[in-house]
Amino acid sequence: MIPTSIPVPANSDAYYGLALLLLLLAPLAIGGLALVNTGLGRSRSAAQAILGNLVVISVAVIAFALFGAAIAGNLPGTPGGAGHTFHAAGLPWNWIGSGSFLLSGFGAAPAPAQLALLFEMFGVAFAAIIPWGSGADRWRLAAGCAATAIVAGIVCPLVMHWVWGGGWLAGLGPNFSLGAGFIDPAGAATIHVVGGLSALALIWLLGPRAGKYPRTGISTAMPGHNAVYVLFGCLLSLVGWLAWNAAGAILWMSAPLAALPVVAVNTVLSATSALGATLAVTRYRFGKPDASLCANGWLAGLVTSSACAAVATPLESIFAGIVAGVITPLLVELLELALSIDDPSGAIAAHATAGLWGLIAVGFFAPKPGQLVAQLAGIAAILGLVLPLVSLLFALINRFVPFRVDPDGERMGMDLHELGGGAYPEFVIHRDESYR
Amino acid sequence: MKYAGLLVMPAGFFLAVAALVLFPAPGPRAAFVLCGVAVEILGLVVAVRGHMPAKGDSRP
Repeated sequence: MIPTSIPVPANSDAYYGLALLLLLLAPLAIGGLALVNTGLGRSRSAAQAILGNLVVISVAVIAFALFGAAIAGNLPGTPGGAGHTFHAAGLPWNWIGSGSFLLSGFGAAPAPAQLALLFEMFGVAFAAIIPWGSGADRWRLAAGCAATAIVAGIVCPLVMHWVWGGGWLAGLGPNFSLGAGFIDPAGAATIHVVGGLSALALIWLLGPRAGKYPRTGISTAMPGHNAVYVLFGCLLSLVGWLAWNAAGAILWMSAPLAALPVVAVNTVLSATSALGATLAVTRYRFGKPDASLCANGWLAGLVTSSACAAVATPLESIFAGIVAGVITPLLVELLELALSIDDPSGAIAAHATAGLWGLIAVGFFAPKPGQLVAQLAGIAAILGLVLPLVSLLFALINRFVPFRVDPDGERMGMDLHELGGGAYPEFVIHRDESYR
Repeated sequence: MKYAGLLVMPAGFFLAVAALVLFPAPGPRAAFVLCGVAVEILGLVVAVRGHMPAKGDSRP
């Protein structure tokens, strides 16, 4: 619970200066996830994977600046000021932002609006690299750019407007007496659920990697090529996530400075307890802890903290983390072995599912009556609209810019096929059969 | 099957929104919002089942 004492006045220059400093650290979370994505892919696609992360981030940020920010609706004026509203059942439904295109008026906007826009800009970049990891070893760079422009320029900003821009989900509190409205202080829904659902839609279109599901027998294990990248990416993500959650608490919940250490402690507790739970589950299931699944568990704990850290107590954060850490490895196994969903980075479990769990947990932890219904309504909106919308848009793009690399290119590796050179030119590249 | 499941999911969303508007009492409102989420999960399950290969199918 956020303390009510405010030692430094909210809305002061120092308050927003701290938010800016935190936001400048937040991209470390994106960098960490980029390392995780790269490490979980194969060595023959490593250079394309890490370059793809950079390219996807660039496309996402440019698309957001050109037209996404207008949909998110934080400019001009204060957050929540700009939106198209229709009236139904006697109530206003603010459904899409009406901000300015090309970031016009950004320099003259008040500090909260500028910081909100910066937060959202990093947010769309974060959301964009989540599906990139799921398409590892088979998603063409050009198609990744096209899909990213849609996700970061339209889908993410639309959800951000609903949740952070004074949209109808934020208005569930005043309009329907449902707690404080839909609460998502650091992007569990707007970034991670949207990114994770985009990953699912992408995997459906791309299909599994060549040789993943042979005609007979169980699926082929295709372990990530560099566990050090993966686990160092997790450590790097923690730093970024601490900043992200604290900045979100300031910007979207007007949290006092005294509450920020609690947010930080909750973030760490959620990640560490999730890691512990995943370690125990994989130790029990396989006899030894699994490094890549533990990384997914760690990330799942961080994603859960994006929803919970600003509203939960430390004990509740531990509980939320443990649940995320138990669900994640089991779901990764279920998706891969039972449902034939080849997700190399585990994004569906670590981002979409952990984000949904965190949002539900907020409904239990937040004190106001009706909060759980507000969270469920928000989940219904995001799950029910985003996955069909993204699936439709991806299918349309796929007709013009084919997503999947041709079989020869996949056999050769994305590095040689798309970049003409590998990430590790002195290493021996393994053939598919060597994994069996 | 996959497309049928994806079409069912927005139906769950509209059910949840209708529950917010039509039921001011907290009990029925919560129950119908939950039903909306359940419909979406049903749609998701149908979509996932539609994606799964039939037994004996070869994969790329």
